[in-house]
Amino acid sequence: MSVLIYIELDNGSIKKTSLETVAYGAKVAAQTGGQAIVLAIGKSDSDELEKAGDFGAEKVLHASDEKLSHENSMAYADILVQAAESTQSKIIILPKSGLGDAMAARAAAKLKAGIVSGVTALPETEGGFKVTRSIFTGKAFSTVEIKSDIKILVVKKNAIELDESSVGTVKATVETFSPQLRDADFQATVVEVEKASGEVSLTEAQVIVSGGRGMKGPENWQPLVDLANALGAATGCSKPVSDLDWRPHHEHIGQTGIKVAPNLYIACGISGAIQHLAGVNGSKCIVVINKDPEAPFFKAADYGIVGDVFEILPKLTEAARAIK
Amino acid sequence: MKILVCITNVPDTTSKITFTDNDTKLNKNGVQFIIGPYDDYALARGVELKEQTGGTLTVLHVGEADAEPQIRKALAIGADDAIRVNAEPMDSYFTAVQIADIARQENYDLILMGRESIDYNSGVVHGLVAEMLGISSYSPVMKLDISGNTVTIAREIDGGKEILTANLPLVLGCQEPIAEWKIPNMRGIMTARTKPLKVVEPVSVIEMTEPQHYSLPAPKGACKMIPASEAGTLIRLLQTEAKVL
Repeated sequence: MSVLIYIELDNGSIKKTSLETVAYGAKVAAQTGGQAIVLAIGKSDSDELEKAGDFGAEKVLHASDEKLSHENSMAYADILVQAAESTQSKIIILPKSGLGDAMAARAAAKLKAGIVSGVTALPETEGGFKVTRSIFTGKAFSTVEIKSDIKILVVKKNAIELDESSVGTVKATVETFSPQLRDADFQATVVEVEKASGEVSLTEAQVIVSGGRGMKGPENWQPLVDLANALGAATGCSKPVSDLDWRPHHEHIGQTGIKVAPNLYIACGISGAIQHLAGVNGSKCIVVINKDPEAPFFKAADYGIVGDVFEILPKLTEAARAIK
Repeated sequence: MKILVCITNVPDTTSKITFTDNDTKLNKNGVQFIIGPYDDYALARGVELKEQTGGTLTVLHVGEADAEPQIRKALAIGADDAIRVNAEPMDSYFTAVQIADIARQENYDLILMGRESIDYNSGVVHGLVAEMLGISSYSPVMKLDISGNTVTIAREIDGGKEILTANLPLVLGCQEPIAEWKIPNMRGIMTARTKPLKVVEPVSVIEMTEPQHYSLPAPKGACKMIPASEAGTLIRLLQTEAKVL
């Protein structure tokens, strides 16, 4: 019985979060005595895809077609189901993202499979298949048993520690997968794609430097950007900042914005409203810089500095440049 | 045009979450319930499109009777009528089956809901419903315009956005800034009292998942404070102590 793992590509490269999904899926395959098979959709090459072997995948099915160049959850879900059927996979694992959720949902309806999204740890497979997932935007967890024959798990970032010790030692076999594409899945016309180029994406970032209203205006962002550049970090912001148009909406982190889970989250001039915390509580380490010692964010932080953010940021940037 | 907006009934975003009955039930004591914030965006845009096209808007909730104040609020904001499927939803699959069943009977042109509910955060109901109905779905939609049968959508993708055109019928998961939240006015509140709210029993669904128990995250350790004058030392601590750089 195989475990089928869907991975996301970014310009042909496997996303870091998807490598975690591979590692997660390989552990589940080991637990259930099956093979870990990966599905990749879109342009890439064998040299890149065989890297899935580093994290325990035995085989990669690669579906590539000009028509598949845009994120298309309908077509991708069709392919996922065809791959699951041809490999006789009973467990399907995807990374948590808009695309991952949409594909998982469609595949679950097609396969009449139980679906659990937001999984935060490996399943228990003794005496029923039980998984734990994040609920209430990180404020709690729920453990559920999946009872259906086919099971679909959408796995959150940081659900598993990525062991990089075997990188470069094991190559997965890459096979071309030629699914049947249905015209019905290609009705929409993509008019325009706007992607911030050259920036580190928030959902993939290992480090994020984020600013709030304490930054006092869009013209004051440079010291924050300097620190982000020194750390190779992505930049984010709080809701008021994106509402005021100081920063673009795709940088908004929080309950109604993007939820992030970096190794390090540095909050500059953000008080830490509960709605903002909901977007960052998956972070491994949180640093808060705020002039108000009573800012609620300090309660959720690992490290804190009370003081003027415009004096502190250049000091951090200098120290960060020194270690790189 | 017939529009359906599906709403969730969820604890306010500022709620402290605790559990009762041996960690098997949410403690609703002192918790304020609201229309899901993302659903509220969907509803606001739905009302605008209903007015623009001269169509109708039905609001649908799958859940128990304690959601009725939130359903009435949706009616006050501008929905014409409401349907409540009288069931405690077991999981996303269960909810989707109920929505799809109603949608099959009513042939809506456009089904809107939030990108995810803020209680279970799954973000899969729109995809499930659309697949069950055999139609397309998109999420998270930040901009939505309709002209005749053609819909123009801006949706968020990783690190940017994509603009696309598609034909009705569609299921869309919505988020800001698709519309501004609407606050019901007095006239809306008065008329909402007499608008139809139909309660229907759920269709049966095979049990896909069974909840076991809830748990809370481990409490956070104390925050280590660093004097502003020694801010630079933080970087070294992040590297050697926290090991995150």
